Amino acid sequence: MAAYPLELILSRQLAENLAIPAFITDPAGNLLYYNEQAEALLGKRFEFTGPMSVEEWSVIFKPKTKEGKDLPPSDLPLVQTLNTHRPSHSTFWIESLGGQRHLISVTSLPLLGPEGTFYGAMAIFWTNEPAL
Amino acid sequence: MNVTFWGTRGSLPCSGPDTQIYGGNTPCVGVSVGEELLILDAGSGIRRLGISLKGKYSTFHLLLSHLHMDHIQGMGFFLPLYDPKAEVHIYGPAGHSAPLIDRLSRYLSPPLFPIRIRELPCRLFVHEVPARPFNIGSFRIVAQRVIHPGVTIGYRIQHGHSVLAYLPDHEPMLGANGRPKDPAWLSGHDLAYQAGLLIHDAQFTDEEYPRFVGWGHSCLGQTLEFARLAEVRQLALFHHDPGRDDLQMEALFQQALAKQALPFGASIPKEGEILVI
Repeated sequence: MAAYPLELILSRQLAENLAIPAFITDPAGNLLYYNEQAEALLGKRFEFTGPMSVEEWSVIFKPKTKEGKDLPPSDLPLVQTLNTHRPSHSTFWIESLGGQRHLISVTSLPLLGPEGTFYGAMAIFWTNEPAL
Repeated sequence: MNVTFWGTRGSLPCSGPDTQIYGGNTPCVGVSVGEELLILDAGSGIRRLGISLKGKYSTFHLLLSHLHMDHIQGMGFFLPLYDPKAEVHIYGPAGHSAPLIDRLSRYLSPPLFPIRIRELPCRLFVHEVPARPFNIGSFRIVAQRVIHPGVTIGYRIQHGHSVLAYLPDHEPMLGANGRPKDPAWLSGHDLAYQAGLLIHDAQFTDEEYPRFVGWGHSCLGQTLEFARLAEVRQLALFHHDPGRDDLQMEALFQQALAKQALPFGASIPKEGEILVI
């Protein structure tokens, strides 16, 4: 297997060392990695889920608007960043794989390398619950 | 493929009585096959290389890994640059802001150097290395960015079945936290994979490394681990700390070898030594 581009490798190393949950995808939206903090929130270790396609991860956590309506994948910040190559931010509900609901805020940013090459995206997110 | 070490030291030239065996010149490596020659980096070792080439070549290809001073400080003393009959091609990483030639000009211009790059008498061509593999003569070259402060590239140079990987400044384990050593997430892995010879940064001791995390260099233990993961056949330890004398280098190397059996050959090339791939 070929190694990932340096931008993704460094992003993963950053994510591993952050105390906030983080996602990393390739340009096609395949979820390549999420860190331990994200595992705690999403309810499953990355080792068990493995990489997921954008079609899979964009619905598996059942995102809903703050008003409780289904949130279409295209409105998720990370999907918007994948489509536009620009940063995005939003607050919405998810349901962890363990069944817990969390109101989370997500900020996503494009991983743009030299000459503007798009290598993927990184999203950091946090809950709006005091306990977390 | 003959690989000649003209400078193996990192950071700063350190010639002296206690560095006579391994040498004190900063990075420069010659790679030759028959009449073809590539030069890797322009540390202070390139001065003697340039002298040795007199009358042998008319075209020169110099590949820079990055523009830190220890990798370019010999450039102004490379004789072919002053030969109007010589054609010199310099390759290096594209930057985020200025073209490569502009960045090189910051050194090759007053007040740091008396001669401006545009005043050099040779026919000079400066190339930013492409993201795709490219050829120089019958060499096939892959250049990829690797973990080191600033824009830094490593090279994989292939000629026939012989492969040389050159990663003189590289900190692949930065922030890796001992996670499973998945080659897909390892900087430089594709460049080094199953190379006949890997020339790799080994600036620090394992004990020193925690004080220098993020400086862009590896310690000996990390370099051995990287070589093992990349399944290389032979490892040349490189970019030695200028504060390390010959006896210390030998002692550290022997200590590392005593700790583990290596599935590849490993050595500390001496300045002037030739390794054949």
